[in-house]
Amino acid sequence: MKKDNDSVLYMHSPIIRIIIYGLLLLACLSFLFPLYVMIVTSFKTLEEIRKANMLALPENFTLMPWISAWQESCVGLRCKGLKDYFYNSIEIVVPGVVISTFLGACNGYVLTKWRFPGHNWVFGLLLFGCFIPFQAILIPAARTLGILAISNNPIGLILVHIAYGVGFTTLFFRNYYEVFPTELVQAATIEGAGFFQIFFKIMLPSSVPIIVVCFIWQFTNIWNDFIFGVSFTSGEGIPMTVALNNLANSSTGVKEYNVHMAAAIIAALPTLLLYILSGRYFVRGLMAGAVKG
Amino acid sequence: MRNSRLLSLKPFVLLGRDIKAFLLRARQHPTPILVILPSFLLTIIFVYFFILWTLTLSFTTSTLIPQYNWAGWKQYFILWSLPNWYKAISNLGIFGVLYIGFSCGIGLLLAILLDQRIRFEGFIRPILLYPMSLSFIVTGTAWKWLLNPGLGIERVVRNWGWESFTFNWIIDPDRAIYAVILVGVWQSTGFVMTLFLAGLRGIDSDIIKAALLEGASIYKIYLRIILPQLRYTLLSAVIILAHLAIKSYDLVIALTGGGPGNATELPATFMYSYTFTRSKMAIGSASAIMMFMTVVAVIGPYLYNEFRTKKQ
Repeated sequence: MKKDNDSVLYMHSPIIRIIIYGLLLLACLSFLFPLYVMIVTSFKTLEEIRKANMLALPENFTLMPWISAWQESCVGLRCKGLKDYFYNSIEIVVPGVVISTFLGACNGYVLTKWRFPGHNWVFGLLLFGCFIPFQAILIPAARTLGILAISNNPIGLILVHIAYGVGFTTLFFRNYYEVFPTELVQAATIEGAGFFQIFFKIMLPSSVPIIVVCFIWQFTNIWNDFIFGVSFTSGEGIPMTVALNNLANSSTGVKEYNVHMAAAIIAALPTLLLYILSGRYFVRGLMAGAVKG
Repeated sequence: MRNSRLLSLKPFVLLGRDIKAFLLRARQHPTPILVILPSFLLTIIFVYFFILWTLTLSFTTSTLIPQYNWAGWKQYFILWSLPNWYKAISNLGIFGVLYIGFSCGIGLLLAILLDQRIRFEGFIRPILLYPMSLSFIVTGTAWKWLLNPGLGIERVVRNWGWESFTFNWIIDPDRAIYAVILVGVWQSTGFVMTLFLAGLRGIDSDIIKAALLEGASIYKIYLRIILPQLRYTLLSAVIILAHLAIKSYDLVIALTGGGPGNATELPATFMYSYTFTRSKMAIGSASAIMMFMTVVAVIGPYLYNEFRTKKQ
């Protein structure tokens, strides 16, 4: 891949360049405008929302929507805000990400450096799991979690997220370790290092970039999950996305758009921050997840 | 390479030999196999066994709870006679074609524009891509507010002086599906743009330099040299977006809840409501199997191709 921004071919004509910059500006504005509206709306009073233009800056700047979204708004019949659901999501995401990343690293290591007959079958079967529509496993998964008595429980969701995330994490690490010099592993074996020693002392320390990519990918996927959350949990056990949806789509009472927007920003904040802080790795994860191999 | 074996036409002959060799290795050096075993078993149960389970349910008369009595193809006949299912399928057709078409079209255009030695590229790219980091529920919640006729974009434009402006797609049963498409395109275009930009940057610049020396016009180079080289990127983008379209559930739920009426029903929402709210689990399973088959039809050849090209 060439370095950024040095394409051989580009349009020189000043008029065309003005049009290009104009179009790009337009694109940026249309991508940013929903975020802008969300932010300004979340600082307005309901009265102002009804009265004034959606695009206007708040006249009577208020933090009440945020406070309400965090600790007072009603999700179903429970009016204690979103904070507990936010913690639910964290409780699910952290172990889910750590375990699935670790398993992916182990699998990638085995599938590249300790190949066994049939390793491609194993990889193919794991990889195919990435692509199934979750509707095809929803009912059995719900039954199984029920039988194991871990439905409506963080452990159930963690298990499900690991099961459907491990294909991707294995793919990430397999592709990364594929180009890792096998000679190094062989040399270490001759020196007498064992399977785990090589993994923890040689492979893992040199895997920081792919660990970051994998971490971001899994964090985004698990945090943003809705269908598992809505299918396997209810009441106080629901994750943030489900709580946000229930809050914004409740049919009773006045629609508090300012609270909804504050709630949506709170729900978006973890993944958005992760994206802003580590955009490069986020893109790498997307590309790796997109273009297999 | 052994990769070819995974998908070649006679894998089953070789399977027996592989199993034998595998068992021998497992006895001699079990550690690596034991390490990968938990993930493998998890996948076998959660993916393959569960799909077979759903398939089984689709041949029963299960309603609220699973029942294991054989009903043959009955549920599939019922499924295909339901107007709601037709609505879901035809919506998926409209949604799929327009969502993929617009995302790819706009994504390609933006990628080409960004590849013109743009000064602020490092600044613009993240802006175009950030929606991809958001949950569809967040996007849906935000856009439901923007598309609200009384308070959102419609009112803004009317306040600007265009009194007769109407933009009420979200409450119009004939247009609501286009609202879903609009929001889906907003969310995915940056991602497609990123794919195309990587494709553009991967093209060998020597060919382009040669064409420029020959005096070819820039438009001709794009049309004849660059766009044809992007066809694999396009294929990837189309497949990923098709996959997203078939699975898409969250966006519709957050934006329209499937309504007004059943105006934005998609197979994913159909499956969920028949299984969990209408207690027609067997029909829900049958619809899930239809979705699964569609995904296999889209993804299967792609995966096959990926494995084959890797071999070379």
